[in-house]
Amino acid sequence: MRARITFTKQGALRYTGHLDLHRLWERAMRRAELPISYSQGFHPQPKISLAAALPLGFASRGEVLDVRFNEDLPTEEIARRLKDSLPPDIQITEVESVDERAPALQTQVLSAAYDVHLTEPVDGSALKRKVEELMMSESLPRERRGKFYDLRPLVEMLSMVTEADGRVWLRMTLASREGATGRPEEVLNALGIEPEYTRVERTRLIFQE
Amino acid sequence: MLTPEQIETKLDRILLKVQKPGRYVGGELNSTIKDWDQVQTRVAFVFPDIYDIGISNVGVKILYDQINQREDALAERAYAPWLDMETLMREHGIPLYSLESKRPLACFDLIGFTLPYETLYTNTLNILDLAGIPVRSADRDESHPIIIAGGHSATNPEPMHAFIDAFAIGEGEEVIHDIVNTIQKFKASPNYKREELLVALAQISGVYVPKFYETTYLEDGTVAHTLPIIPEAPKLVNKRIVAKLLPPPVKFIVPNIEVVHNRVSVEIMRGCTRGCRFCQAGMITRPVRERSVQEVVDAADQAVRSTGFEELALMSLSSSDYTYVNDLVEAISKRFEGRKLTVALPSLRIESVSVDLMDKLKQHRSGGFTLAPEAASERMRRIINKFIPDEDIINTTRDIYSRGWTTIKLYFMIGHPSETLEDVQAIVDLCRRVIDEGRKVAGWKVKLHVGASTFVPKPQTPFQWVACDTRESVLEKQALLKRQLLKDKSIKLSWTKPEDTLLEAWLSRGDRRTAEVIYTAWRNGAKFDAWEEGHKHEVWMAAFDEHGLDHAFYTHRQRRTDEVFPWEHITAAVRKNFLFQDFRQSLEGQIRVDCRLNCFACGILPTFANLRRENPGEGWKCPDVKSPAAKMDMELPVVGD
Repeated sequence: MRARITFTKQGALRYTGHLDLHRLWERAMRRAELPISYSQGFHPQPKISLAAALPLGFASRGEVLDVRFNEDLPTEEIARRLKDSLPPDIQITEVESVDERAPALQTQVLSAAYDVHLTEPVDGSALKRKVEELMMSESLPRERRGKFYDLRPLVEMLSMVTEADGRVWLRMTLASREGATGRPEEVLNALGIEPEYTRVERTRLIFQE
Repeated sequence: MLTPEQIETKLDRILLKVQKPGRYVGGELNSTIKDWDQVQTRVAFVFPDIYDIGISNVGVKILYDQINQREDALAERAYAPWLDMETLMREHGIPLYSLESKRPLACFDLIGFTLPYETLYTNTLNILDLAGIPVRSADRDESHPIIIAGGHSATNPEPMHAFIDAFAIGEGEEVIHDIVNTIQKFKASPNYKREELLVALAQISGVYVPKFYETTYLEDGTVAHTLPIIPEAPKLVNKRIVAKLLPPPVKFIVPNIEVVHNRVSVEIMRGCTRGCRFCQAGMITRPVRERSVQEVVDAADQAVRSTGFEELALMSLSSSDYTYVNDLVEAISKRFEGRKLTVALPSLRIESVSVDLMDKLKQHRSGGFTLAPEAASERMRRIINKFIPDEDIINTTRDIYSRGWTTIKLYFMIGHPSETLEDVQAIVDLCRRVIDEGRKVAGWKVKLHVGASTFVPKPQTPFQWVACDTRESVLEKQALLKRQLLKDKSIKLSWTKPEDTLLEAWLSRGDRRTAEVIYTAWRNGAKFDAWEEGHKHEVWMAAFDEHGLDHAFYTHRQRRTDEVFPWEHITAAVRKNFLFQDFRQSLEGQIRVDCRLNCFACGILPTFANLRRENPGEGWKCPDVKSPAAKMDMELPVVGD
């Protein structure tokens, strides 16, 4: 069977990268004694695929993976067995059964939503203006690792939220397709905010229907 | 002192700027987080190398479990931050903290360093400094944690005597509880005095508190004697052992990042009866105690289940000598059949039986097969007491190649006592024969990795009297190996840089004066001495000069037969006259057989007669001790004392 697991990645696990997370899930499934399918060949690989890499340091409330098992299991059973096999900073929020023939998970991701909390006080009205300017602009040429690209079309939504106590934070949805991935820290840079003084949390991944 | 929350906030600002930030955040499965305020005593165990290496250390794991099983104490962990992280921590005012609760190490009652090798000494000083704790024992007061250390390098604790409050000599499982109990007793008092606590610690069997001893030197710079300066401290500190190995740890911490060894380790046996004269571990971990097959297999199963690790290592100094090794391999392959698990059974004897064992474990042939002949000429093999005829090596390696392994790793040492270029040439000749024979049975794909490390004469071994081979001689021998072996593209050769060997030699053979050299070298930037990035030879040389000491005095001097060693007041219960007899036999090229076959009265039984009497039979591989009245009649005459 093919199961889709939605999970959180918080705390210390923010500093576990994509490849290590893959390994972590393989071990967790072994601990839970779930019958993972392996690829054929000299170095069999477990059939686990993570939807979209989460940059190091970001927390998440909604990461998604697909895993294939050699036998059918009730989704509640999968969730129950995995519960005690995961480190404390990963929690499963949903397990569902997926059609075996559905396209690969990674190809289905469209965009990702983020909440960005600011750890240093900022001038709210100035930031609001910058957010509006960014959203009004036609293009936003930027350079990353020696390559020029336009950040603007990758920003699908960007807004500033003001708490009752006056503190402000940002909410954004960025494109997350193959070859067209917006990075929150690029948006923060464009807004004149040092990513070092923020805490970014991915809230969900948005998939093609 | 910073709170855990303050430390976490500061960490979030720097972690994305360092390599592998996952090293510094904890949060691993199977780590233990207890309520700080609900326990009386807090212990931090430190492995003073990076997380990637330290996390797999079984010694730390055993002690961590021992303390966390107590209701009145907690144990957390810390490792040495890598250079990039250390720089940022110092810049941002972050003291070294524990991974579990993110509390500064200075908040703990007890800090225990594991020192399995000497190149961790400078890191130990650096960690104390990074934790904001005075590096010198003499500068600490009642507000500071007690700093203890143990592990194989505590066999000669003297070079670190100025920095460590108390050393645990020998095995730590029991003594750690005695230490914690004593700390609890003294710290509960409203007018707790550090000095009084240290006096109490000095009276625990197996504990050495260096401040209560003084060394005097002869005019030639050697030690006259090291004597206690308070009546409570024993003249001779005997190592501690456990009569029976405790159940092995099964809930190994599972790191959230890649580390060096992602595996479960189960100790199948402690100690070794082979008596290889160069091997410190073989001398200081006696007596041999074995676990039952059932206990090993059950522990391995539980550990694999609780970690999900893909690899299991069955640890001992000499797997082939484990009495029920066949049954063990049988039981392991049966229990783990169909599960994806790599099983490592290191330290196998050079014989075809070993190949059968590896065959039964159905191991991937890709990993290579490791054997350690250590020497290649008959003369050398007699001297080091590891006698394996060439024919056995050729037959075994041929067998390994023909059964599908393409790579064999052969470990040798150069620089053995009295070794000549001919003995080194014998290594070349043997390796060529191995690969030639391999090609006959398996074709041109066969490969050979030759590891040629350099011998360091270690304290408390029969070779403690000998000098290290000179730098020139080592370089000449290495040049010979490189010139002749590297002609063959199928042979890979690795060796140790002479500077690294020298460092290991003076650190392991040093006296109390070496402490100042270590301090100065650390002050001038020496740390991570086991790493290419860290080791700074010039800094060490300058430190010796600054203190008017000659490093060759420690490394290249043959010891007098009546010399008092800096470690004379510490014993692993293997007597000096036994070691000296063995040394003399080595000079005459005499072999001593496995001591399971014939007890040579090394001193273990008289020292631990009571423990043996209470645990008779198969558990130990020493003869039984009959009755309390029976006098040990196999003591050898005193030689060299």
